[in-house]
Amino acid sequence: MKSCKVIKSGLFTTVQDLGRYGFQRYGVPVSGVMDNYAFVVANLLVGNKPNDACLEMTLLGPELEFINDAQIAITGAAFLPTINGENDAGWQTLHVCNGDVLSFGRLQSGCRAYVAVRGGVDVPVVLGSRSTYVRGGFGGFEGRRLKAGDVIQTYMPSTFLKSGFLMPQELIPCYSNDVMVEVVLGPQSDYFTDRGLETLLSSIYTVTAESDRMGYRLDGAKVEQKDSLNMVSDAIPVGAVQVPRSGKPILVMRDAQTTGGYPKIAVVTTPDVSRLGQAKPNDKIQFSKISPSKARTKLLEHMKTLSQMKGKLIKTGM
Amino acid sequence: MPVGDRALLIEFGNTISLDVNQKVHTLNRAISELELQNVEECVPTYRSLLVYYDPLKTSYEQLVFRLKDLEERLDEFNVSIRKRLIEVPVVYGGKYGPDLGYVAKYHDLDKEDVIRLHSERKYTVYMIGFVAGFPYLGEVADEIATPRLKTPRLRVPAGSVGIAEKQAGIYPCESPGGWQIIGRTPLKFFDARKHPPALIQPGDTVKFKQVVKEEFQNFSQEQQK
Repeated sequence: MKSCKVIKSGLFTTVQDLGRYGFQRYGVPVSGVMDNYAFVVANLLVGNKPNDACLEMTLLGPELEFINDAQIAITGAAFLPTINGENDAGWQTLHVCNGDVLSFGRLQSGCRAYVAVRGGVDVPVVLGSRSTYVRGGFGGFEGRRLKAGDVIQTYMPSTFLKSGFLMPQELIPCYSNDVMVEVVLGPQSDYFTDRGLETLLSSIYTVTAESDRMGYRLDGAKVEQKDSLNMVSDAIPVGAVQVPRSGKPILVMRDAQTTGGYPKIAVVTTPDVSRLGQAKPNDKIQFSKISPSKARTKLLEHMKTLSQMKGKLIKTGM
Repeated sequence: MPVGDRALLIEFGNTISLDVNQKVHTLNRAISELELQNVEECVPTYRSLLVYYDPLKTSYEQLVFRLKDLEERLDEFNVSIRKRLIEVPVVYGGKYGPDLGYVAKYHDLDKEDVIRLHSERKYTVYMIGFVAGFPYLGEVADEIATPRLKTPRLRVPAGSVGIAEKQAGIYPCESPGGWQIIGRTPLKFFDARKHPPALIQPGDTVKFKQVVKEEFQNFSQEQQK
């Protein structure tokens, strides 16, 4: 079913779901949404399944004209969304009619926002996912970012929701320009000197302009490596903090290549990788160490929170 | 050792060697044959295996215990592995292999010698990475092992067959790259619409076969049909 037409594309708007798993051994990155939390909530607010495909926008939102009536929700970065020029709120179910124009204002906080449409975005499933992998040119909408003139299809919802939902205020994340993230040290922390490890955990790093869905290059104190060691390439997980010879860490994000030769001093926990999805150039990042067992406990809590989220939404009228 | 909060890494060494790589692939196959319920995805590389697990079904400690046991019994699985051999047709030199002359000169060989040395042996697919479907193959004969280009090319055409030190590789799609390009194959190494998407898998064996331009063109046309 035709859902909306792209009037302006925004800076980088793509179709994403939770990602493409099981193909990293073939060199296929996981892709998928940069902020899982905001994405899942967007889907729940319109009664979708947690993994239904949405639009992900970055730094500058698109302008969309709806071709059919739809129920939508906007979550993630605060962009001051408007419908036909009138302010509307994020983190709740919205009803739009044929001809309505959804626009986004200036970014207030965060980096990426999500638009869920009841039914979910209808694009072919490629290797088990609807996520766009732009560098590989496959998945999502024709394997590329959206441009003006594209018409987005969504699956026909069985019914419209009779009542909408609202995210409780206390569960809406505040996106700060200073992000604390937790890391599990390793798998190659032994390639670094004690001073190097100390530097990573005590310095404040700045996200540079060279940051996208593949990774964030950070600026800040150089992390010292042991001289003699030369690493043979191996697998790179999402969230890895890899350190090239320059000493400036690179955060590996969802579209990154699957193997590489830079030693990985640490790996960011899954919930914090999701929070990093809202970090933008010039934001500050600080790393703190967490033990693997504590990280596991926190991950299980995070998964539980997401699985119970539906019950926490407040019912509203439409 | 733990990798973040839902993966672990098993390292078998820090060298590019057949022996180390063989162990990686054997453990990988052992895990997939046993269909361990709590393992979600494995990524085999030159020297290590990255194992993603479902944190709801297992803990790091439990899985390490299970995999250690498996590692001790690797020989049992080694026997059962059937290696696939994939023959890769290549047109060497000319516009298809712009660096063939350089590689020959670097080692004071004839171009024909380079072609013979490159195509006479079988290579193991150590791992796939860099871009989707790019196989890292080993090892290249010492006589033709050549360092990378000083300045990488911005565009290497799809199908380009290259050498970097003792490794061989094939570019599945057009991309930037610094390997010495000695030829090109019409085979399509990656197709996201297929399952599995890559023509070859880690652990497979590859042999190059010299073909002439006309065969390349016929082959390309057939693939496009």
